[in-house]
Amino acid sequence: MSREPRRGVGCRAQSKETEGTTHILDETGSVTTAEPTTETHSEEDIDLPWQVVVHNDPVNLMSYVTMVFQRVFGYPREKAERHMLEVHHKGHSVLWAGMREPAELYVQQLHGYLLLATLEKIS
Amino acid sequence: MEICRHKDHIEISELDPFLAELLRQIPASASPDGVLAAEQRLFSSPANRKETELCAEWKVYVEPELRRLFQSATETVAADLEQLNGNEKSLANRTLRIPAKHADAWLSALNQARLVIAAKNNFTEGELGDHLRSPIGSRRDLSLFQINFYGFLQEFILRDLGG
Repeated sequence: MSREPRRGVGCRAQSKETEGTTHILDETGSVTTAEPTTETHSEEDIDLPWQVVVHNDPVNLMSYVTMVFQRVFGYPREKAERHMLEVHHKGHSVLWAGMREPAELYVQQLHGYLLLATLEKIS
Repeated sequence: MEICRHKDHIEISELDPFLAELLRQIPASASPDGVLAAEQRLFSSPANRKETELCAEWKVYVEPELRRLFQSATETVAADLEQLNGNEKSLANRTLRIPAKHADAWLSALNQARLVIAAKNNFTEGELGDHLRSPIGSRRDLSLFQINFYGFLQEFILRDLGG
């Protein structure tokens, strides 16, 4: 699946308020000026870690789920199988935790593979 | 039916007309056809419903991308299945070759079809685990057989991908 940034979803973790003007030097040596962004978000939105949770689904094959975990998270087979079995036996497994934007991208990829995955704020 | 892997494709030979017809049904079976449960399963919620903003943005920006992804996979599979077209009423066995580069599209389309059929029939976990049920019976039994047959193909493709 595409990992290109989207408008809206996924942008928030990047958009901390900036103060003053930003100068950007590109490969040609020219300097461009970026106006300060006005969009602000609470510290809670930016800093609270999120987790990617995969939920049990009686249709998806165990071998398929293992392959997806290997592909999406780059986990070795043993670790992917551990998570798959946790999903199977406990009903869910936390696959990853961290900032919101990569968490959203992981959930998007998992949905692309048709797994039941959600993004949850760690409280 | 025989299934074997070659260097650049998977070959399913000795396909009897019944199994060939089930394969032809993959693209149609993958369509939710407006059935809410099937639609909700293919496009499940990315977060708790309380995360209203996230869920709303997801519908606008992510769901269309997922729809395109799923449709692209079923179109690839539909094109491969054209090998089975012609003489549909013949009782002769058929052969289908799945190019190795289409393996991911097949995994996706088979998965879409299995999930949609399961959602439309509201199968229980117990029913889905009953691999010995005869396909000769109700329409529901046939649907369960279809899910298991597609699952068998998925397993084979997965083994092929895993080397």
